[in-house]
Amino acid sequence: MHTLMTWAASAPTMLPISEISSGAQPVRGGIYAVAPLLVGLPLASAAILLLAGRRSDRWGHWLGVLASTGAFVVGLLTFLAILGRDASERVLDVHLGTWIDAGAFHLDAGMRLDPLSLTFVLLVTFVGTLIHVYSVAYMDHDRDRRRFFAYLNLFVAAMLVLVLADSYLLLFVGWEGVGLASYLLIGFWNHRTPYAVAAKKAFVANRIGDIGLVVALGLMFSTFGGVDFSTVLGADMSGVSTATLTGIGLMLLLAACGKSAQFPLQSWLGDAMAGPTPVSALIHAATMVTAGVYLIVRSSAIFDAAPTAQLVVVVVGAITLLFGAIVGCAKDDIKKALAASTMSQIGYMVLAAGLGPVGYAFAIFHLVTHGFFKAGMFLGAGSVMHGMDDQVDMRRFGGLARYMKITYLTFMAGWLAILGIPPFSGYWSKDKIIEAAFIPTDGHTWRAWVFGMVALLGAGITAFYMSRLFFMTFEGEKRWSTKADGSAQHPHESPALMTWPMIILAVGSVALGAFLGLGNRFVDWLAPVTGSHEEGDPVLAAPVLVGLTLLVVVVGAVIAWRRYAISTVPVTPPVGTALTRAARVDLYQDVVNDALLVEPGQHLTRTLVYADKAVVDGAAVGVGQSSVGLGRLLRKTQTGFVRSYAATMLLGLVVLVVAVLVTQS
Amino acid sequence: MFTAPHVDWAHLAPVAIVLLAAVIGVLLEAFVPARVRRTVQLAFTLAALAGSLVAVAALWHGVRTSGGVKVLGGSLVVDGPTLVLQATILVLAIIAILVVADRTETGEDAFAPSAASVPGSDHEALARRLGLQQTEVYPLLLFATGGMLVFPATADLLTLFVALEVLSLPLYLLTGMARRRRLLSQEASMKYFLLGAFASALMLFGIALVYGYSSSLHYADIATKIGSPTDLDTLLLVGSVLILAGLLFKVGAVPFHAWTPDVYQGAPTPITGFMAACTKVAAFGALLRFVYTVIPGLKWDLDVVLWTVTIATMVVGTVIAMVQTDMKRVLAYSSVAHAGFILTGVVALDAQGVSSVLFYLFVYGLATIGAFGVVWLVRERDADGLVLGEATHLSQWAGIGRRHPWLAASFALFLLSFAGIPLTAGFIGKFGVFSAAADGGAWPLALVGVLASAGAAFFYVRIVVLMFFADVPEVEESGEPAASTASVSADDAVEPGTDVELATPQGAAVATLVEERPATTVTTVVRSEGLAAVAIGLCAVATVVLGVFPTPVLDLVQHMSTFLP
Repeated sequence: MHTLMTWAASAPTMLPISEISSGAQPVRGGIYAVAPLLVGLPLASAAILLLAGRRSDRWGHWLGVLASTGAFVVGLLTFLAILGRDASERVLDVHLGTWIDAGAFHLDAGMRLDPLSLTFVLLVTFVGTLIHVYSVAYMDHDRDRRRFFAYLNLFVAAMLVLVLADSYLLLFVGWEGVGLASYLLIGFWNHRTPYAVAAKKAFVANRIGDIGLVVALGLMFSTFGGVDFSTVLGADMSGVSTATLTGIGLMLLLAACGKSAQFPLQSWLGDAMAGPTPVSALIHAATMVTAGVYLIVRSSAIFDAAPTAQLVVVVVGAITLLFGAIVGCAKDDIKKALAASTMSQIGYMVLAAGLGPVGYAFAIFHLVTHGFFKAGMFLGAGSVMHGMDDQVDMRRFGGLARYMKITYLTFMAGWLAILGIPPFSGYWSKDKIIEAAFIPTDGHTWRAWVFGMVALLGAGITAFYMSRLFFMTFEGEKRWSTKADGSAQHPHESPALMTWPMIILAVGSVALGAFLGLGNRFVDWLAPVTGSHEEGDPVLAAPVLVGLTLLVVVVGAVIAWRRYAISTVPVTPPVGTALTRAARVDLYQDVVNDALLVEPGQHLTRTLVYADKAVVDGAAVGVGQSSVGLGRLLRKTQTGFVRSYAATMLLGLVVLVVAVLVTQS
Repeated sequence: MFTAPHVDWAHLAPVAIVLLAAVIGVLLEAFVPARVRRTVQLAFTLAALAGSLVAVAALWHGVRTSGGVKVLGGSLVVDGPTLVLQATILVLAIIAILVVADRTETGEDAFAPSAASVPGSDHEALARRLGLQQTEVYPLLLFATGGMLVFPATADLLTLFVALEVLSLPLYLLTGMARRRRLLSQEASMKYFLLGAFASALMLFGIALVYGYSSSLHYADIATKIGSPTDLDTLLLVGSVLILAGLLFKVGAVPFHAWTPDVYQGAPTPITGFMAACTKVAAFGALLRFVYTVIPGLKWDLDVVLWTVTIATMVVGTVIAMVQTDMKRVLAYSSVAHAGFILTGVVALDAQGVSSVLFYLFVYGLATIGAFGVVWLVRERDADGLVLGEATHLSQWAGIGRRHPWLAASFALFLLSFAGIPLTAGFIGKFGVFSAAADGGAWPLALVGVLASAGAAFFYVRIVVLMFFADVPEVEESGEPAASTASVSADDAVEPGTDVELATPQGAAVATLVEERPATTVTTVVRSEGLAAVAIGLCAVATVVLGVFPTPVLDLVQHMSTFLP
């Protein structure tokens, strides 16, 4: 791809796809011997905090920070060790022992250390540690702070299991662990009903996704005879029917949709804002929602062999990208607007991952830069809430730049990064995705145009709603006066424990993209996993695309500036157009879910409940009412219902016998 | 001329020890003074079960190398699966009996002081005042266990029937002996007995038909006969379906499951745990042997039965469990659903199917006993601070996790194992049976199984949420009880309109007659005497250990999963 970026020197070491070894090299000893501590440290800390109970209240949060930091240090050492190896020898497997040995099914437990997993390890532990530090101050007044840290550690440990697993089954363990931890954290303040409902919603959407993963596991086992990466991804795909591969691919996509909040399983993400803000930062930036992207990129061998599944991935990504962006334009709740933006940005990543080898590296690249700027903005939003007595309505903010300078500046770095203004981080990763979307796959020019335009349009809308968020919060006139209890509102900057993580993340938002993007550093680093190859040319020349993107972004931002920075923003939301109203209620996704899933389900259960009550529970009801008369009770329960049970049995038996006789060969 | 069969006592030892101990147990009832009777019976029962377990262990190596032997003229087979199943039943029985024996801090066990007394009569009141104890439960448990040990080892149809009755009759009795809600208990017992008799009759009829076809009762002979075509196929098919029906009744598969919720609910809770775990193991053992050694020749004809039953069991069990509001009924329907999950492994019809079913049975039994053990300890307390029966309404479990984190955590663990969440033993079990089914070509069953598990996870996790997260008014457990906590607002758990029995004001009826539930009760957790706590702890630890390191047990089972034809 000849882009503006390739002026940077250093010819990349290209690996032909055929040389990508799915068979990892076994390693042992040295730094790799301590690699299990990556998971072990946070897990042990979580266990200690949960078991020690109130006794550890005083020092518990620092133990949590320490465990997360420790994991980061181990990750860094492993990273350096791998960096010291040749590019072709960077896919390693640390064998931990036999996990399951049941006849035909043999599975070892091990850790896959390669550029892809280590990228995630560094992102998760680094951003995770910053969020830990931030939470020490943010959760200062919460009496359950220790429990909160235990869950955070659990979350980090589960995510690390997910990305370090060397088989789909072990990945599934981490997958479930992440689900459990997120459930605990989203519902952390569960004393309020909507929060509990939100936690439940996240849980249900994730379970639907899990079904996909479990079915994929079953299909892999029956197709490849194993579920470890070496067996599945190293298999000769030409010997497998495309239909099977498409099936596996679609099931993996379903799983990814549940975890990464992609269409049509996106509805939980907005509600999941109920959790404490650091949780949102963790879920949105470093863990959980990125798991789906990881799964797709990790399974690239399957998707490459199943073009139909790949196309579906791109479509899902494109829909979600626009969906999230449109919803983001109408939200007045600062956290919900950020959540919609996450959905949209993950849509970009999924879209990139669906483009095939062209996009894998960029999907992960964007994931990393997004991890920094989105975490920074979420922590910024938390800082604003901290200073504004937990107010989240942006219509009640305004002009906060003067009162919280550091938050303002760090947030601005994140804002410019997500807009994709050069040289901020987002520019380096998002532009690449837009450019890749414009490259025709298999000679289908129309696809390049459709997906490219969607990605371009998404960039414009993103610029609009993120600027709207930024201006409504920090610019314009102040629209806050009193707290909920009537006393005067005094916005203030947050303590150092909260601002320093934001500053560090802001540095990442400013410079990380350039650091990794210049000279294709990041793409080359991932090459042993994702491969690199000859790319086609986009349907529009690359400089034209870059210019167009910038133009669209600037237009979006200027519109937002005119409407939300220099004109007066009404404190009560105006009625708005039909689209605005639809976007406020998440484009009616709950209504659709209710109509399609919930109601038929309820009808089914109601019918069954009726049958159950009439036939089975009759006895219990009878007992409850028996103070009326023992005789009637006995008559009712002992003759009536046993007879009906026996009749059920007999009827069932007759059906079975008839079935056997009819189908008899 | 009748020739007495050669009796191979060594291979019969596990069964013989338990049955002999049961007979001696009856004598102990007569001769041991009442004061120490419970202690003696308990120690004796546990010793007998442990002795039997040692006997199984002693046979293990020999059977593993030889593949197994037939004893009593071919009526019983002692092969790999037999020993695994017997060991499983014995281990589970020992743990279950620890729960049965626990009288908790209230000093009252789960059984009526005099089970023969009419509920509400003077006789009952007297027995209660005298503090009588029905220690006959221990010999009854031994008889039932003895029957269960024989059941999976039988290799002829008549022994199969006898074993079925030996294991069932004591269970009918035990079901009717609950200390509280005695009418519910007796009614459950009566139902269980009538339906059990019905199922036995069906099975006997099936045995007669199969005998008519093959002129033999021995499994091996019937299997050989099935290989050679005759014109009596209808006789054989109908007979086989009837025998299957009898076995499926015992495992609680749809449409023969209707007794399960009523019996599980009515029986004394510790007995429910014993019954749910051990009976299921024994019945699945017998079913496995029947399916694998007698009717593999009929696979094509009978698959329609097994597939239909399996799918119906998983779906019905899961869906109805979702709307239950009584903890014991939830667990009952969940046991129905699990019968379906295990059946997927049975249908697989290969060695992997056997070993995965054996493993599943063990882990399911552990979680079941543990769960019912916890139910046994969660009680109601009335306004006077008097501890009543089990608090089984789901709404009464709201917030238990806050006050009793350890108990609730172990209960949550059992539920997660039921749900098949990774790192619990249940996950490995489910993975085993589903992949065995998919491997054996029954992937639609595996698919339904996965979908049903996902649905089932919903109601298990709902209970976990209820215990740890639900809104509950602060209740001082030892202080004066807050009013109207029986109608705790647990909107999460109580589906409107499905509620069966919320607090009914106490009428004129005698306390033991009905619900002993006054208008205001609080939920409390009674302290175990130690035995139940040990049992719950054992189950919890085993559930985690088998979830994380299943390999040793899988290995053990693996080499013992070939049936002697």
